[in-house]
Amino acid sequence: MDAADFAISPLLEPRPVEGSKDRTMILNMGPQHPSTHGVLRLVLEIDGETVLRLVPDIGFLHTGIEKTCEAKFYQQVVPLTDRIDYLSPMSNNLCYCLAVEKLLELEIPPRAQFLRVLLNELTRIQSHLVWLGTHAMDIGALTVFLYTFREREEILKIFEHVSGQRMMGSYFRIGGLSLEPPVDFYERVQKLLRMMPEKIDEYENLLNGNPIWQNRLKGVGYLSAADAIALGVTGPPLRASGVDWDLRRDMPYSSYEKFHFKVPVSDVGDVWTRYVLRMQEMRESVKICQQALDGMPEGRLNADAPKVVLPDREKMKTQMEALIYHFKIVTEGFAVPAGRVYQAIESPRGEMGYFVVSDGTAKPYRVHMRNPTYASLQALETMCVGRLLADVVAVIGSIDIVLGEIDR
Amino acid sequence: MDMDSAQERDTVLAAHAGDPAVAALEAAIAGSIVNARFDRNELTLWIARDAIREAARTVRDAGYNFLADVTCVDWYPAEPRFEVNYHILSHGLRRRIRLCVLVDSLDPEVASITPVWPSANFYEREVWDLFGVRFSGHPNLRRIMMPDEWEGHPLRKDYPVEGYR
Repeated sequence: MDAADFAISPLLEPRPVEGSKDRTMILNMGPQHPSTHGVLRLVLEIDGETVLRLVPDIGFLHTGIEKTCEAKFYQQVVPLTDRIDYLSPMSNNLCYCLAVEKLLELEIPPRAQFLRVLLNELTRIQSHLVWLGTHAMDIGALTVFLYTFREREEILKIFEHVSGQRMMGSYFRIGGLSLEPPVDFYERVQKLLRMMPEKIDEYENLLNGNPIWQNRLKGVGYLSAADAIALGVTGPPLRASGVDWDLRRDMPYSSYEKFHFKVPVSDVGDVWTRYVLRMQEMRESVKICQQALDGMPEGRLNADAPKVVLPDREKMKTQMEALIYHFKIVTEGFAVPAGRVYQAIESPRGEMGYFVVSDGTAKPYRVHMRNPTYASLQALETMCVGRLLADVVAVIGSIDIVLGEIDR
Repeated sequence: MDMDSAQERDTVLAAHAGDPAVAALEAAIAGSIVNARFDRNELTLWIARDAIREAARTVRDAGYNFLADVTCVDWYPAEPRFEVNYHILSHGLRRRIRLCVLVDSLDPEVASITPVWPSANFYEREVWDLFGVRFSGHPNLRRIMMPDEWEGHPLRKDYPVEGYR
């Protein structure tokens, strides 16, 4: 086998360096590089240790999920959405369900909405814990990972308890939620919420005073507000650049307007600020979860739409009508009125949007996902150019990329 | 365009005359607004193909400052077959607008809006890769998801979903 078999497109060519006999060097980083959080390939042009150009090469994890969606019934798409952003499956579930519910013009009962908010905020904490652990590990602080994964495991246990799966819960349904939460679910969430603020203090104690952590993060990866908007950046990196924008507060969905929380914003725009904001966001999420627990309304868990929502087991076995609905939904799905909607939510990484087009049949005509880190990746070059090679790793960590959602 | 849709367009545009984007578009390129619909609280405007960059610039200057998404729908076997959808968000107004451009399959080409929003770069590459709609004036129109040497555009409706290719 000769070298040509391994040839990959060069993307960048070395150039002569001005005022010197040297040429710049092309460095290939990834796709199998631990700090790229998956299979991201970066091609960098460097002069010494300074980054001159940077080109991301993605698509290694492309599985054609959008094409697959077109061959499934509406309700069968929910498990696929888990697998896009595998660190925040519940956010994906929610966004897709909201989009289809908007097409169907379904009314979701308040209790289901509150539970959805609760689970989404737990997802946010969980996702930020993975981000913090891996980000710190990239910088060289290995211990933090062990701490954050300890609490993450607690949250995953709650997810397993409620949905039967640690990560790919598929707990959300079009019209509500799949099952009644188990009896001690609320107690377990309460226990976690009581413990969490203390644990966040613990992470901050580990990191904030650490001179290496400060030097590697402060002033690195600057992004201005204008650049952030022009390059499509959303979520914590956008707020760290001084744009006060959070979909939960500014365009509320799933009854977020009933919750009181602060949206942390800062205009420093570096990696350190993104770290600080995410830590504050976790604290706010704990508060939102607490409000959801305290104010949990009574009532149904699913919309009153027998043609869309599966009947519960008991009814299915005793009532002829429920059995027929069950049979119909499972075998031929349900028709969704023709139209198109774009529904966006604030996922842990930024604006996640689902664009669903219906042609009036039981299968979506087109499902498109707008994923936050796909857009944020475009800002990587702006943040890294002119800085040291080692900073690239810190910047990648700060936009919290998940290749599953970038490549889909 | 038949009489009904012309009427629908005029009704929708009149109902949203207070929206800065609609007002600005009507002032700048009124003849290029082909159709309009307001459905499920979402405003969609169909723009003539050669006016899309101008429309994007007008909408941006009218306060819709953030390009959230660009994607495409394949209406095979209907012609014009491709419909490029631009989802644009206004941070100030807390509102969204959708611009659409219809493109036929003989000459699937639209002007790139990367001069207006650099963030369109990846989205347009994705539409080119998966649908085969070209964007003229794009700085780097290469495949993004599929390998460079791939043949065909997988999200087209006539692209097979199973079997060997």
